[in-house]
Amino acid sequence: MNNKFDFIIIGSGIVGSLVARELSRYECSVLVIEKEIDVGMCPSSANSAIIHAGYDPKPGTLKAKMNAEGNRLWHEFAPELGVQFKETGSYVVAVGPDELPAINLLYEQGVKNSIPGIAVIGREEMLKREPLINPMVSGALWSPSAAVIDPFGAVLAAAENAVVNGVKYLFETRFLGFIFNGTRITGITTSKGDFFCDWAINSAGLFSDEVAHKAGVKEGFQIIPRKGSYIIFDAAKFSINNVLFQVPSALGKGVLVSTTTHGNVMIGPDSQLSENKEDSSTTREGLLSIEAGAKKLVPSIDVRNSIVTYSGIRATGNGDKDFIIETAKEVQGLINLLGIDSPGFVSAPAIAKRAVELLKEAGVKLKDKETFNPIRKPFPHFHLMSHKEKAELINKNPAYGRIICRCEEVTEGEILDAIHSPIPARTYDSIKRRTWLGTGRCQGAFDYPRVIQILARELKIPETEVTKKGKGSELVFRRTKEIIA
Amino acid sequence: MNKTYDVIIIGAGPAGLAAAIEAKKTGAKDVLIIERNDEPGGILLQCIHNGFGSVLFKKDLPGPAYAYNFITEAKQLGIEMLFDTMVLDITASRKIYATNSHEGFLEFDAKAIVLAMGCRERTRGQIRIPGTRPAGVFTAGMVQRLVNIEGLMPGKNFVILGSGDIGMIMARRLTIEGAKVIKVVELMPYLTGLRRNYVQCLQDFNIQLSLSTTIKRIIGKNRVEAVETVKVDDCLNPVAGTEEMIDCDSILLSIGLIPENELSKKSGVQLDPLTGGPIVDENMATNVAGIFSAGNVVTIYDLVDYVSKAGFIAGKNAAMYAAGQTAVKKYVEVKAGDGIRTVIPQKISVERGLVPLSNEVLFEMRVTKEYPSKISVDLMDGVNVIASHKEKYARPAEMITMKVDWNDLTTKLSKDTAGLVVKIS
Ligand SMILES: Cc1cc2nc3c(=O)[nH]c(=O)nc-3n(C[C@H](O)[C@H](O)[C@H](O)COP(=O)(O)OP(=O)(O)OC[C@H]3O[C@@H](n4cnc5c(N)ncnc54)[C@H](O)[C@@H]3O)c2cc1C
Ligand SMILES: Cc1cc2nc3c(=O)[nH]c(=O)nc-3n(C[C@H](O)[C@H](O)[C@H](O)COP(=O)(O)OP(=O)(O)OC[C@H]3O[C@@H](n4cnc5c(N)ncnc54)[C@H](O)[C@@H]3O)c2cc1C
Repeated sequence: MNNKFDFIIIGSGIVGSLVARELSRYECSVLVIEKEIDVGMCPSSANSAIIHAGYDPKPGTLKAKMNAEGNRLWHEFAPELGVQFKETGSYVVAVGPDELPAINLLYEQGVKNSIPGIAVIGREEMLKREPLINPMVSGALWSPSAAVIDPFGAVLAAAENAVVNGVKYLFETRFLGFIFNGTRITGITTSKGDFFCDWAINSAGLFSDEVAHKAGVKEGFQIIPRKGSYIIFDAAKFSINNVLFQVPSALGKGVLVSTTTHGNVMIGPDSQLSENKEDSSTTREGLLSIEAGAKKLVPSIDVRNSIVTYSGIRATGNGDKDFIIETAKEVQGLINLLGIDSPGFVSAPAIAKRAVELLKEAGVKLKDKETFNPIRKPFPHFHLMSHKEKAELINKNPAYGRIICRCEEVTEGEILDAIHSPIPARTYDSIKRRTWLGTGRCQGAFDYPRVIQILARELKIPETEVTKKGKGSELVFRRTKEIIA
Repeated sequence: MNKTYDVIIIGAGPAGLAAAIEAKKTGAKDVLIIERNDEPGGILLQCIHNGFGSVLFKKDLPGPAYAYNFITEAKQLGIEMLFDTMVLDITASRKIYATNSHEGFLEFDAKAIVLAMGCRERTRGQIRIPGTRPAGVFTAGMVQRLVNIEGLMPGKNFVILGSGDIGMIMARRLTIEGAKVIKVVELMPYLTGLRRNYVQCLQDFNIQLSLSTTIKRIIGKNRVEAVETVKVDDCLNPVAGTEEMIDCDSILLSIGLIPENELSKKSGVQLDPLTGGPIVDENMATNVAGIFSAGNVVTIYDLVDYVSKAGFIAGKNAAMYAAGQTAVKKYVEVKAGDGIRTVIPQKISVERGLVPLSNEVLFEMRVTKEYPSKISVDLMDGVNVIASHKEKYARPAEMITMKVDWNDLTTKLSKDTAGLVVKIS
């Protein structure tokens, strides 16, 4: 592989992947490096998945601007990229009379941020729209432009579309440092060797501070990781079709009760300091606090109907906590995208466009690529099809007739699609994120043995090398009846 | 092109096989079993330990041997079986939609259906064990399949959560296969599996069991590195200061089974929130006309023999329904009273059409707590005892089976009965 690129993007979260896609609109060469085995492992795939309307950030901040712009862009990008996107709107729900003033303040802030369609609705109306809401509800802020997205699906779609338009991705490749010519960055060193570039884009999320420090810039900037946990419910047991927020407090937006694009109910997050940037463990106290928070909105929630719990880590910056989107000043050839915590997901399309503007402002000449294709067709999801569509799909390829995951009805055909896609799935979790296999009520108990076989066969590796999420997470050690030392 | 069958059975486990055999013997011409695995036998195929058949065969057979008897008979009777085929949908008018990779998308019509889909395991998510999410957290049945059928070892050092039967049997199996089972921890103050499994699987292999103990959190980034266990009090809340760290690379969960009824619900079958399975009468008929069900899909059984028995009943009645015979006129409800957690059947027919069924009604029950000494299980109609059954002791882990004669029951029933209650006294 040629190891010189016009642009190298560090990190394949939603921000890095959308920057890659934006750059693939132009005649240029782009490399994305990612330390993990797949795109967007954390937190871009473990968050609340809300395409916030944008009433929340303080007027005048970058967050306010990027959120409003990003929300508008997602309504355009989601259909282009074939991403599951549910235009639910959202409610901030005031419980009891004391919380009503906060709703009015949020409304005013929303008006200042130019958020379309927001309105304060009364108690009766809220009860009508969500009968399960706490009967003590006193009013709510309705934001029709809010939506929920399939977060991993969105990262994947952006990355796949970038690859189809010429971008290269390298996984299990860790950024180690920059190569300089004087104060000009000319490349990076990684765990897989050196790569050269004219510009590097730092979209390393939780580690974006450390990447910036390697360039000798932003010394005072630090990410303070805070984790947030979630509980997901069995769709067959409990369903709500809205996005319900608590009135925000000093600690943030609080626990929400939300539908997912997949039709499950999700509750969370709490907010706790992480021990380190990789500590995404859940705690008993955290899960109990989520339960209590969610019950404030929907008292009938019964956590015995949960199917999974997990957490994501917020990349919150120190200082004023606003996004930092800038061209490094002390060195040349670096764009920093730092402190992209919530509302980072919704803002990502706007951040990516802003990054490209910064490049242009720095004098980079970008010529439109005539062959750029913005459309990414999603792979078929058997589960979502009608009987007739299912029959047609199996007729075309019998592999779609073999069900591997019983709860989510995922077929072997879909697993093969995932393994042989532009961003190939090489682990159990990668298949799970792409196909929703193992995400249902049995959490993979039925499919594991079958997926191990398929991965081993397709990747031409022994079963003992099949992993859950990359090296060190092997699923089986040896065959039975082997002589052991 | 839809093919019409007299009876279609979903699932070729012991319940489904028995239902098919009895349906055929009762006179159903076209009987089909649809099974998603590549061979018949259900969960028994991975149960290579002995302990099956004590009631029906008066023998101590391994699971596959027990199944083999039924598979052979089904084949001899000319019962059609479709493997590698998943049923996706059933309607109340008894249309069945299924799929496989050799014939594609399939549609069938059935005059009667027997649901025999078995059960699935409870998972980590359902009990919300905190901690990280590494590889190495498995359910016991999945590991049983990996080890006994696929021939793969998923770990070296195990901690097992839950003293259910599958967990204990796997503790022994893994030990024999060269793995180390460090400990079995159980949340409840009592064993949740069968006593004999405790003796034969844990005691005989020197595997420690800690009651009133649970997993506080799971530790490890990529693969499990350790678990932290903690004692719990009478209200099952963790007791601070009793934590213990155990290094291990695998956690096996044996925390219960849940009847698998997604399909049943699609056809409008009503479920009992306590058993998690369809509400059935003594003929194993559900509330949807022509849809019967049997086995672990109805309630979780301990002994496969009773699963087969329920299968026979369901199969016989399905065949009769297909021939236009059965017509139950009137039911009384059966409710779980003091000391009883679940009971099937949940209703008994008190007036029948032309039904020459066996008159034996099997009540299958689980108790709410341990009863260390003699108890009597009474079937009550108001204050009148209709039938009684004695046990030397009772434990939630062990199902109680009470046989009652249907004629006897219906004769004794008062005219204005408000329904039956089973209770412990
Ligand atoms: C609990 C929680 C809830 C949230 N809810 C919402 C919400 O509802 N709506 C919303 O808009 N936003 C939400 N967010 C915020 C949103 O998830 C993030 O802002 C967004 O995902 C950030 O994306 P990113 O691409 O900047 O970072 P990341 O997803 O962190 O991507 C960075 C990538 O860089 C890689 N990387 C890091 N270091 C290196 C290295 N040295 N070498 C190579 N690769 C490296 C990482 O592996 C990672 O893949 C939430 C976040 C959390 C944690
Ligand atoms: C580990 C373990 C140990 C046990 N030990 C003993 C013992 O020692 N003695 C004893 O008597 N009993 C024992 N049992 C209990 C006994 O094995 C079960 O009660 C019995 O197997 C249940 O039979 P079933 O037919 O209801 O379900 P299963 O055997 O689970 O059969 C259900 C079948 O339905 C199929 N199916 C499900 N859904 C679909 C669909 N949508 N489409 C097509 N096919 C479908 C499944 O693939 C499966 O083959 C044990 C059970 C386990 C799990």
